[in-house]
Amino acid sequence: MALRTWAAKKPLGLALGGARPLAAARGVATFTLPDLPYDFGALEPAVSGEIMRLHHQKHHATYVANYNKALEQLDAAVSKGDASAVVHLQSAIKFNGGGHVNHSIFWKNLKPISEGGGEPPHGKLGWAIDEDFGSIEKLIKKMNAEGAALQGSGWVWLALDKEAKKLSVETTPNQDPLVTKGSNLYPLLGIDVWEHAYYLQYKNVRPDYLTNIWKVVNWKYAGEEYEKVLA
Amino acid sequence: MLLPMRGLPAAPPRPLAHPHTAPAPPPSLLGPRRRRPSQRLSKVVSYYGLTTPPYKTDALEPYMSRRAVELHWGKHQQDYVDGLNKQLAISPLYGHTLEDLIKEAYNNGNPLPEYNDAAEVWNHHFFWESMQPEGGGSPEAGVLQQIEKDFGSFFNFREEFMRSALSLLGSGWVWLVLKRSERKLEVVHTRNAINPLAFGDIPIISLDLWEHAYYLDYKDDRRTYVSNFLDHLVSWHTVTLRMMRAEAFVNLGEPTIPVA
Ligand SMILES: [Fe+2]
Ligand SMILES: [Fe+2]
Repeated sequence: MALRTWAAKKPLGLALGGARPLAAARGVATFTLPDLPYDFGALEPAVSGEIMRLHHQKHHATYVANYNKALEQLDAAVSKGDASAVVHLQSAIKFNGGGHVNHSIFWKNLKPISEGGGEPPHGKLGWAIDEDFGSIEKLIKKMNAEGAALQGSGWVWLALDKEAKKLSVETTPNQDPLVTKGSNLYPLLGIDVWEHAYYLQYKNVRPDYLTNIWKVVNWKYAGEEYEKVLA
Repeated sequence: MLLPMRGLPAAPPRPLAHPHTAPAPPPSLLGPRRRRPSQRLSKVVSYYGLTTPPYKTDALEPYMSRRAVELHWGKHQQDYVDGLNKQLAISPLYGHTLEDLIKEAYNNGNPLPEYNDAAEVWNHHFFWESMQPEGGGSPEAGVLQQIEKDFGSFFNFREEFMRSALSLLGSGWVWLVLKRSERKLEVVHTRNAINPLAFGDIPIISLDLWEHAYYLDYKDDRRTYVSNFLDHLVSWHTVTLRMMRAEAFVNLGEPTIPVA
């Protein structure tokens, strides 16, 4: 009863009062799978076309679908004032929402070699990497080492601390987005080290995947993000 | 009456610890815990070996391909064995049975560096033995009774196993365990390498939910992988043996007759 009162006080609860779940869903923003900015096979031989197709069409698409589903359920739970359902949905939202956010960044972090993938960063980001890590080679070595050492599934990031204006290497487990490691952290570059990201091609040898992915990293995008955030 | 638990009920039928060089006694026979390797022992390079699945690598086809088993067993499990041995060469945790090592290295939820490899070696060994060619189907009588008692029905158990396997977010394992204190079977999932031995539970079935376990055969379709495991691979025969062993440590009899 108390829950019902609480829910009814929320504007959302009022607006949707008595609405059936289907109607409630109309009020929820839905996310869509972004297009890949290149063909599935365009990153070969670094990443095979089959991996890219499954990764985008199956894995990312499933995160989007489950994220939307969880948000819909959340909306219904909030309007019903079902507090325990709201709490229960948090892990699905974090996981699937994180999966959507992370993969959306990941696709932009990659670029076919013919279009400039793998070309080291110029400009301000290049300088900042030299300053914070010594050299781009050292940064890559560090990201490869941390990516290889990550237990289970997760991501390795080149992060920018927006306040301190410092770069750092971070890892997050599963689909935790970078922001879970610090609210000032902004992702310039994320590398997916889930097995689905490399298994069909590299099998158990994650370090080889990590070595090769740099051939198709879109440093131009990372550099633009860097300058945008610090502008 | 519960027996003392020292002997580790969930120990796989075959010994997991075998020294690979002659002068060292098997670690499981070594003295007290935390015994440090002596000068002589520290030259031993392998403490645990890669155990072999109790069937040919193609015996689980078409539900698990030879290629998948070969990689999973010959590469992944081997990597965990090598990683563990490498760490034990410089670790104070030398001289445990693998089960003891897992409990010790779990360190009450703050796992020591050795934990991951140790648990994965055990988990994979246990996993291979949880399966058999032409497995699946229905459990043997005693086990079926226990499942019906603890889950309501075999159907409910199956649903619960599927639900638990599909709701694990990321890499890990799904288990049928015998809860020691509740004296009942339960389905649980664990993240990455975590093994229920650490919580005092007795593992009965393990299914690997890391993507490497099913990606070559099933791609992203974890659901079909899990349902094929239940319908065609799980060894109810092994489960019966494990339950019999477990019952030496957990009294499942009902009603419980108090011992004066
Ligand atoms: Fe991914
Ligand atoms: Fe595995």
